[in-house]
Amino acid sequence: MTVHFSYVRPASLQDAVSQLGSDNALIHAGGTDLLGCLRDEVFPAEKLVSISGLPELRGISKTTDNGLRIGALTTIAEVAAHPLIRESYAALAQGAAAVASPQLRNQGTLGGNLCQKPRCWYYRGEFHCLRKGGNYCYAVNGENQYHCILGGKNCFIVHPSDTAPALLAFGAVLRITGPRGSRSVTLADFHVLPERDVTRETVLEAGEIVTEILLPPASAAMRSSYRKVRARQAWDFALAGVALALELEGGRVRRSRVVLSGAAPIPWRAVEVEKIITGSALESEVIHEAAVAAMTKARPLGKNGYKIPLFQGMLAEELEKMRQVS
Amino acid sequence: MNNEENGEKTGQCRCVHGFTRRGFLTSVGVGAMAALATSGRLSAAQEGAVAERAAEKAVVITLTVNDRSHRLLVEPRWSLLYVLREQLGLTGAKVGCERGECGACTVLIDDLPRYACLTLAVEAEGRRITTLEGLMAGEELGPVQQAFVEEDAMQCGYCTPGQIMSVEGLLRARPQPDQAEIRQAVSGNLCRCGAYPHIVKAGLRAAELKAKR
Repeated sequence: MTVHFSYVRPASLQDAVSQLGSDNALIHAGGTDLLGCLRDEVFPAEKLVSISGLPELRGISKTTDNGLRIGALTTIAEVAAHPLIRESYAALAQGAAAVASPQLRNQGTLGGNLCQKPRCWYYRGEFHCLRKGGNYCYAVNGENQYHCILGGKNCFIVHPSDTAPALLAFGAVLRITGPRGSRSVTLADFHVLPERDVTRETVLEAGEIVTEILLPPASAAMRSSYRKVRARQAWDFALAGVALALELEGGRVRRSRVVLSGAAPIPWRAVEVEKIITGSALESEVIHEAAVAAMTKARPLGKNGYKIPLFQGMLAEELEKMRQVS
Repeated sequence: MNNEENGEKTGQCRCVHGFTRRGFLTSVGVGAMAALATSGRLSAAQEGAVAERAAEKAVVITLTVNDRSHRLLVEPRWSLLYVLREQLGLTGAKVGCERGECGACTVLIDDLPRYACLTLAVEAEGRRITTLEGLMAGEELGPVQQAFVEEDAMQCGYCTPGQIMSVEGLLRARPQPDQAEIRQAVSGNLCRCGAYPHIVKAGLRAAELKAKR
C-alpha cells in the first residue's frame, strides 16, 4: 500500500494546471511509473492530478503540414499499432512495441514514457543519492553494470525510454501547457543532463503538462529502425539500443540521425556516427569506422565496460541492415 | 473454483452479505470500509471532473466489474487489485509483485489486459472491468479456462489467472492468433514453474474452443 494522497480528475487542461499548483501535486497519466515510485517512496506526493479525464490529449492525427500529432495520453500500445506510424515512422512503432510488457503498453502513455523517472536501483532504493538531494552517487563504486557509459559526470543513470530515441531521431517537438501558457520544446532540449541539474530529468517546470508530441513530415527517402538489446527477450529495459533515421538517395546517406538508448542519462545522439555516414555509401569500412567512432567518448564504470563492444556490434548490424534496404 | 470466488450473478456481493470465511474475515478486517451496496445497475460513473478527494477519507465510486455495477467506499490510494480482492471478494486476480512486473493481477479493462496492482481503483471508474470470475458461464469454465485445464498449462497455478486473462485479452482482439502472438501476449506474465510451452498450447486450444461457442 502506498502513502496517502488526495486525488482529483479535472475536466479541463486549465483546471489540471491550476490543481498542480499546490505542494507535492503530481500528474497521473497512465500511472505505471508514478505508482511504482510512490510505493517505493522514491519521492513524496500529497495530491495526484489525474489527466485521464482530458480526451483532447489522446489520439493520433495528421497535421496540416503532413506531419503527425500524437496526444500525450495516447497509449504506447496505440502508438505501436497505428498504421501511419508503422508506415512512415517505423522506428517509433518498433520502439513502442519494445516497451515493457503488453499490460504496461495498454496503460502507459507516450507523454509518460518521455517523463519517466530513472531506473537506477540506488535511486529507486533506500539510498539518499545525489538525485534525491544527497551528496553521493552510489553507482560510481557500486553495482553499475546497467549504468551509463556516456554523458554521466556526477550521476550515472540511463534514460529508460524506448520511444524517446526514435522521436529524437525524427526531430520531434513537444507542446507543453503550464501556468504561464503554452510553449514548444524540441525533444533535443527536453531532457536534462545531470551535470546541468542532477535533481531533474526534464525541463518541465512546476505545473507544466506535456500535451502533445509533434513529428515533422517523413520524407519518402526516409528509412528508420529501432533495435533494443536486453538481457532477456521480454519485459526488460535496454542494455543498449539504437534508433536510426536515415534519408537514402542513390545508395548514399543524404541525412542521418542516430540516437542511442541505454547509453546515457538522456537519449543520446551519436553525432560521431552521423558525421561518418552522412554523404557516404554504407559500405563495410564506413560501417566499421562509424561503429567504432560511436564509442570514442565512452567512459565506462567498473562493471559496464561490456556495453562498448555491445553498442559497436549492434550499430554495425543495424547499419548493415540499412545498407541492404538502400 | 467455488461460489464465493465466482461472484454469483445475483447482484449481491457475497464477501459482505454472505457468511463465507473470506467474507467474514474481510468485513472484520476492513470494518467500516466494506462495500456499501452492490445491487442493480446504478448510475454510470461520472465522466470528466471530480471534486478533489481527500487523502485519508474514503470516497464513493462506482465500478463496473463483470457486467455488474458496484458502489464502493475506497481510499484514493487503493489499487484496483486491492478493491477487487478485499472489497468485492473477487480473488481470481492474484497479489504477486505489486509493482507491475509479474502479471499475476492481470484483468481486462475495456477488453485490454492491464495490471490491477498498478491501476488505482478511482481511475477505473467508468471502465469495463473483467476478472477471471467474469469468464465463467455460470458453473461452467469459460473456453480459455477450459483450454488451460485440457493442456495442463499450470504447475503451482499462482500465475494461471493472469495468464488466462492475457490470453482472453488477445483472443478478444485477435481470435485466431499464431504461436508468436500468444507468446507475445503472455510476455508480461511470469511463470516461475516454467509452464510456458503448455501455456502457448493452451492459447491455441482456447482459440479453437472459443470459435466453437
